[in-house]
Amino acid sequence: MLLKLTWLIPVFPLIGSIINGFFGLKLGKRLVGLIACGSVALSFLTTLLVFIGYLLLPDSGAVYEQVLFQWIVAGDFNVQFGFQIDPLSLTMMTFVTGVGFLIHVYSTGYMHEEYSFYRFFAYLNLFMFAMLLLVMGNNFLVMFIGWEGVGCCSYFLIGYYFEKKSACDAGTKAFVVNRVGDFAFLLAVMYIFDIFGSIDYTTVFHAAPHKIIFGEEAITIITLLLLIGATGKSAQIPLYTWLPDAMEGPTPVSALIHAATMVTAGIFMVVRCSVLFNMAPMTMMIMAFVGGGTALFAATIGMTQFDIKRVLAYSTCSQIGYMLMACGIGAYTAAIFHMVTHAFFKACLFLGSGSVIHGINGEQDMRKMGGLKDHMPTTYKTFLVSTLAIAGIPPLSGFFSKDEVLYHSLIDGNVILWGMGISAALLTAFYMFRLVFMTFHGESRVDPEVHPHESPNVMTMPLVILATLAVGGGLLGVPLIHGWHVLHNWLEPVLHFDLPAVLSHSEHLLHERGEHAPSWGHLLVEQEHNIWLEVSLMVFSVLVGVTGIVMAYIFYIKRPDLPDKLTQGQWGYEIVKNKYMVDELYDETVVKPILEGSHILWKKADAQGIDGTVNGVAKVIGWFSEQAKGFQSGFVRNYALFIVIGFIGLLMIAL
Amino acid sequence: MFLTFLTVLPIVGALVLAFLPKEKESLIKQTAVGFAAADFLLSLQLWIDFDNTTHAMQFEYTVPWISSWGISYHVGLDGISLLLFVMTTFLTLICIISSWDIKKSIREYMMAMLALSTGMLGVFISLDMFLFYVFWEFQLVPMYIIIGVWGGPRRIYAAVKFFLYTAVGSLLMLVAIIWIYFIIQEQTGVTTTDLMYITEHLNIPLDTQKWLFLAFFLAFAIKVPMFPFHTWLPDAHVEAPTAGSVILAGVLLKMGTYGFLRFNLPLFPHASNEFLPYIAVLSIIGIIYGAFVSIVQEDLKKLVAYSSVSHLGFVMLGIFAFNHYGMQGALLQNINHGISTSALFLLVGMIYDRRHTRLISEFGGLAKVMPKYTVCFMIVALSSIGLPGMNGFVGEFLILLGIFQVNGLWAALATSGVIFSACYILWMFQRVMFQELKNPKNFKLPDMNLREMITIVPLIVLIFWIGIYPQPFMKTFEASVTHLITKVNPDNFRPKKTEEHHAALIKQEDLAQLNKKLQGNKH
Repeated sequence: MLLKLTWLIPVFPLIGSIINGFFGLKLGKRLVGLIACGSVALSFLTTLLVFIGYLLLPDSGAVYEQVLFQWIVAGDFNVQFGFQIDPLSLTMMTFVTGVGFLIHVYSTGYMHEEYSFYRFFAYLNLFMFAMLLLVMGNNFLVMFIGWEGVGCCSYFLIGYYFEKKSACDAGTKAFVVNRVGDFAFLLAVMYIFDIFGSIDYTTVFHAAPHKIIFGEEAITIITLLLLIGATGKSAQIPLYTWLPDAMEGPTPVSALIHAATMVTAGIFMVVRCSVLFNMAPMTMMIMAFVGGGTALFAATIGMTQFDIKRVLAYSTCSQIGYMLMACGIGAYTAAIFHMVTHAFFKACLFLGSGSVIHGINGEQDMRKMGGLKDHMPTTYKTFLVSTLAIAGIPPLSGFFSKDEVLYHSLIDGNVILWGMGISAALLTAFYMFRLVFMTFHGESRVDPEVHPHESPNVMTMPLVILATLAVGGGLLGVPLIHGWHVLHNWLEPVLHFDLPAVLSHSEHLLHERGEHAPSWGHLLVEQEHNIWLEVSLMVFSVLVGVTGIVMAYIFYIKRPDLPDKLTQGQWGYEIVKNKYMVDELYDETVVKPILEGSHILWKKADAQGIDGTVNGVAKVIGWFSEQAKGFQSGFVRNYALFIVIGFIGLLMIAL
Repeated sequence: MFLTFLTVLPIVGALVLAFLPKEKESLIKQTAVGFAAADFLLSLQLWIDFDNTTHAMQFEYTVPWISSWGISYHVGLDGISLLLFVMTTFLTLICIISSWDIKKSIREYMMAMLALSTGMLGVFISLDMFLFYVFWEFQLVPMYIIIGVWGGPRRIYAAVKFFLYTAVGSLLMLVAIIWIYFIIQEQTGVTTTDLMYITEHLNIPLDTQKWLFLAFFLAFAIKVPMFPFHTWLPDAHVEAPTAGSVILAGVLLKMGTYGFLRFNLPLFPHASNEFLPYIAVLSIIGIIYGAFVSIVQEDLKKLVAYSSVSHLGFVMLGIFAFNHYGMQGALLQNINHGISTSALFLLVGMIYDRRHTRLISEFGGLAKVMPKYTVCFMIVALSSIGLPGMNGFVGEFLILLGIFQVNGLWAALATSGVIFSACYILWMFQRVMFQELKNPKNFKLPDMNLREMITIVPLIVLIFWIGIYPQPFMKTFEASVTHLITKVNPDNFRPKKTEEHHAALIKQEDLAQLNKKLQGNKH
């Protein structure tokens, strides 16, 4: 049974991490690199074996669970440490280990000069372990180990250059902001247990349609909490601010964690819980707008940044926004589809930017680049292909996945969502080509001391493979012809949701309570698959993409003086360039009040108030004792006086 | 007998030390370690022999002590006290190893440590109220001496504050004990201070319960310490020597939570239910307040001390959830806090030994010179903020799950503690371990030595063990918790709605028949 191998998949990178972490310095870089890449490769191969094993199962769409041991037991609360293999987790495992492997290989080249080479790979392997737990767990708490685990590894890796204060700040910020999301996630898990008496996926998702009334308060709160969790991990409004700062980490980290895998964890979680979300229409709507809003919002910031990695970071926020929007309109397949293609082209873009940075001695400012295409041909070509993919030019993968999201946003959503999506697409094409033109084309603005060079094969090979995938990844879901959408059919068992049955059951439950069900009729109207609408939307979005590219061409190749002229003195531009001052806003409204408030609590409430009272009581007692001390003077005449006074007093009372 | 043997073994060690010549320092240390190690290893036997399936006291032993007053020497362990007992012997051993470099009167120091151990162990095994009170007061003395003699610059202030604050709290407890003594005599005619007997037979109205509850509450709340009775803690921690802090955080605070579980809940279940909202709110304030105040601390030890206020808030909240999840979580969190916070104090002590300062601003960039230390500190710090896969998470999650069943808003407020704990720990960590190595005094700090590793590594092993496979620990609580919950279950004290409902359904004729039957029975 190939499926029995499941538990090995996360264990390989864990072992790699432990070996490298403890003995890495003695092993030497070659061996460290070999262990790190080898463990992920083994993980990838095992995933493929498990995949085959799963395909060989007679019952397609079944869920295979492997329970290792009882983790936490208290009363009737029982959490197993177990894994779940189904189409969704297999999809995630395959691309996480696959892309992860390529990035590991790339890193052996990129990080070669580092003294703490071993430390980097120990973290990177540990991250793979956590990410695999996240996608493979069979209940919410195992997912949560991975969920916090990836956040923790991300903290280590962002702060890898720990002597730089900015890197440490960024790491701490990422952890804390993520924790805000985790806080909501934890509450959601508790609420789920409160309602379902279990936190097993299988139990919860099977019971949901029977126990919960469509759109009722409880499910809305649960899903909103989960959504907040997702916005933390997936860098969406309002918790996105950590991601751009996370670019302080080494570039392969940005590719692996902050583009391809970890930041998509929120999307994965939403898709995993699709049954719950489907029952909470209000959350769905909020989610769609959060996603669409982030897609547009981050894209506008992306247009104004000059740090090559920051542009890509905002682009990541924006693209994940698309995925979240897709989830919000119920197009989960489209979300996963875009997640996979995005992993290919964004990993390629990040690694490409790393190759550029590597080639010009660590410079990240695009104003100090330009004309690099002749010095770095492979990097340039792969970068260009991926940029075309993200800009949505057919037949590259990004075109198919993005169009599917846009199509659904209009059909299942509304015009506003589609409008946000298509505007973001225009901006994406513009800022991505702005990046390409500023980096690779035009006059060289590189410091004359620096001699740009192409990166070694160990770095360019992963680029080529990822670029190839960015080209071909669209085959997973060619949408036009019915039945050709491989991904859709594949994920169907996970996403299956029988809305009419759920609604009629909810009506039944409401009747039992003696309440009337609201009219849900409009929800059941089937949208017809309009092939002509889809085609015209496609054509339109291609036009939009091309427009963006042409605009970038005019601004940055034809008339390089234009951007400065147009933006000079424009306050709107300044605001966008300063990222809408959101960081400053959070600093002023959250961070500062907490710090200052805590200081007041400590100095005033604690030291003066509470402890002051305690010491005050002691002082009062001391004062009384001091007074009473005088009575015991040792002089007999004093005692005699007291006796007389007491005697007179008694007499007076008696009389 | 075995239990008694284990309890007095440390103080026997202290007596042996008294006869050793003062100059033979290494012999003194070895003897102390020998006694502590023997005590710890033998106490593991208790855990092995412990029967998980029953809530009844085990390893019980009774001899009359002051028979005319009904006082007896009655000891035993159940699921609530077993692990606390083992943890005490364990931490005593760790502390003695960590105190290797004490220069001032090492013999007397070791004697105090061992005597303290006996005092603490006695508290956890006493099943007689009077005996409990004796041990409760007894352990104050060596701790007072440890802080007062081997402490920092303001040690006298801290020691006196610690002593007086705790003593005042326990005086009221003594009054309550005497009161109960008379009540039980009145009700059953038996003159006894036996806790087991009293727990079973005490039957008092709610009003009396409330007063008695408050008397015990004050003693234990100061010990825990609950907000707002916590201000002795930062002072005591800051001034105490490292081992003193470890014992203080690891064991002494647990005596407070233990007291709630052993006295308040079983003796005054109804009052406990009445006070539940107040205690929950105080605990939640403690969680958030402790975390906030920790954020801005400048002294590492103070930071850890205030974080204890926050962590112990979780424990109290779990206890007063009155359900399985909360209470088992609280018991586990008791142990977890003992492990993680002890480890934090040990680690802080290590750099204090090297630099003689604990000010965060004095450090920065230590990761560069002390890599092993950094890794250990990171693991312990993450365990303290409840990273899943480590011990803190299991306890915290169960507590929150438990309190969520009681009140969702409370759970939400308490859960916010996970955000703030990340703030203070990570920010501290960043300023101490990361960033540039600027202070020239830190350039040549030696990394952890073998002895220091020996004290930390076992704690780290426990951190992961409990985080990944907590069953061996959780199982010991199970039966006792179940038993305790049947006593304090809020349903016992709610007006019984369901029965009233049934009563209304009974028809008039049935009632008449029933009355007849009842009257018939009377005659």
